[in-house]
Amino acid sequence: MKIHEYQAKEIFRQFGIPVPRGGVAGTPGEAREIARQIGEGKIVLKAQIHAGGRGKAGGIKLASSPEEVEAVAEEMIGMRLVTAQTGPEGQEVRKVLVEEGMGIEKEFYLGVVVDRTRVCPVLMASDQGGVEIEMIASENPERVHMEYVDPSVGLRPFQVSRLAFGLGLDAAVMGKARSAFGGLYRAFWEKDCLLAEINPLVLTEGKELVALDAKMNFDDSALYRHGDISAMRDPFEEDPLEVEASRYNLNYIKLNGSVGCMVNGAGMAMATMDLIKLTGAEPANFLDLGGGASAEMVKNGFKILLADKNVRAILINIFGGILRCDTLANGVMEASREVELDVPVIIRLEGTNVEEGRRLLDQSGLDLIVATDLKDTGERVMEVLKRTSS
Amino acid sequence: MSILIDGSTRVVIQGITGKEGQFHMRQMVEYGTRVVSGVTPGKGGQRVDGIPVFNTVREAVGMMGATVSAIFVPPAFAADAIMEAADSGVSLIVCFTEGIPTLDMLTVSHYLKKKGVRLIGPNTPGIISPGKCKVGLMAGYIHQEGSVGVISRSGTLTYEMVYQLTKRGIGQSTCVGIGGDQIIGLSFVDLLELFEGDSDTEAVVLIGEIGGTAEEEAAEFIRKSLTKPVVAFIGGRTAPSGRRMGHAGAIISGGRGTAVEKIRSLDEAGVRVVENPADVGEEVARALREKRE
Repeated sequence: MKIHEYQAKEIFRQFGIPVPRGGVAGTPGEAREIARQIGEGKIVLKAQIHAGGRGKAGGIKLASSPEEVEAVAEEMIGMRLVTAQTGPEGQEVRKVLVEEGMGIEKEFYLGVVVDRTRVCPVLMASDQGGVEIEMIASENPERVHMEYVDPSVGLRPFQVSRLAFGLGLDAAVMGKARSAFGGLYRAFWEKDCLLAEINPLVLTEGKELVALDAKMNFDDSALYRHGDISAMRDPFEEDPLEVEASRYNLNYIKLNGSVGCMVNGAGMAMATMDLIKLTGAEPANFLDLGGGASAEMVKNGFKILLADKNVRAILINIFGGILRCDTLANGVMEASREVELDVPVIIRLEGTNVEEGRRLLDQSGLDLIVATDLKDTGERVMEVLKRTSS
Repeated sequence: MSILIDGSTRVVIQGITGKEGQFHMRQMVEYGTRVVSGVTPGKGGQRVDGIPVFNTVREAVGMMGATVSAIFVPPAFAADAIMEAADSGVSLIVCFTEGIPTLDMLTVSHYLKKKGVRLIGPNTPGIISPGKCKVGLMAGYIHQEGSVGVISRSGTLTYEMVYQLTKRGIGQSTCVGIGGDQIIGLSFVDLLELFEGDSDTEAVVLIGEIGGTAEEEAAEFIRKSLTKPVVAFIGGRTAPSGRRMGHAGAIISGGRGTAVEKIRSLDEAGVRVVENPADVGEEVARALREKRE
């Protein structure tokens, strides 16, 4: 799960990581009031959307008086911000973060992620702040410093020293580095993050280390023990169909193609998307019905797929192992009768009692195209697409 | 021969009195697996289908001589269940639970390393040595005893591939689902090494997917150390970047972990990578034919 920058900065404060003074505003009036409280000097306004690339897209602006802050907020709130990461439709800005401007001496990158190969958290730092870490890692790998953390002992002070000296920081700011770096690691670990990132972390002219930006991604599997984090979910950042699908306990991701698919099992669902692509079409979605694939789930799956106006055909691909194909076929038939199917449906069943399952589908009187194996499934999809496009 | 489990395997089920544990215990017993004991804290002394239930894994292993633990415990308690098994004398743990917090698994992995105990999963369909033993969720009848090893990060997709083999009369030595999470126990490399040492395994099918670098590491190992032919399929060529595709571990992040990258590495290592998931059975048949000629 992702959260907004202003929310991540609230968490940073709890863990002793210095952040600029300021607050979040939902209206231009609130923005002006926050600016007034900050007082003299430059004020920064930052559009609060989850996607990155805000700066280049006009989502970060400067102002020098409360009145100007109000005017800029007026423009920002309600606009659809299109960044390199949002897609062409952009994302509506509903809140702006209003903060004091900083006199910056140096910018750094600092982040924690899980290293899957070494099976531990890794703290990464670079003196190339403001640039994406992947970019630095591929172009200037020697500028990225890593410290792998033994999860049973946590981040050690010597590791912070190595990173801080690696960044060229003075011994004078070592104490401050310890609280910022240590705080980030503790926030990552205690809040069950998959990513915690400060980019840039700045050294101010007053020799303070301050988190100018904040990004945190959380492990969905651990949200059950973090009610405070779950409460930060912003449904406006999610695709409405995906929100509806999650209400049905379906694992759904919307894509831009025209062939909808529902499949039992995530790996099989990905392979089915790949199969659709091989027929020359594009998949409209990823949808995993889970191991059970009950009539109820298939019905809800149909509802979600049919709500996507790009869908011109639906492919159901189910491998029944312990679950029997005749049970599955009955479920699909029940679901097909309850929803209004206005696109062709291709269905492929395999596994226990498959003959009985196919016979039921063939004799159902429903307009279902029954495929046998995966190869045949691809061919049937191609046929249907040819027919619907002519 | 087979790897990791065979006719002498004795299984303890953690969570045996739960719905899932009970259902799959019965399926395993029906397949011929020797399930010797179960564990549910607080239910020690009971029996399920005649199988004795204990309060602790230590007792269940000590009294009944279990060698492998199968874990059907909810996500919030599963990490502890794995560590309990590792501290109780089994040599292999199979954890089926989906949704264990990633950071919990970091602690678990380090603990297992110290204990020298192997883990399959979590979030795995399990393992089967056809005709001998099943510690898994897969339907037994789609498998056939034989000489192809199968390793995979998914469930139903593995069944699909296995069934393609069985329908062609190609049997399997052992099939292992390594799990769909970010942090898992045995890796592709660990299993390739075991299959390389198994005299009855002639070829290996590797089913990978986007996310992480397990396939790239497998490719490196195959290039250096594997003498047996490998057929691979990598799912997720059409998956978008930055989205978790069902499995917690199936995500392209920062442009890393794409199917294209994995296919290229495997290709360069001499692996027969098939583009269409429908073609795996056929490609394995071809590999075996060429090997035997």
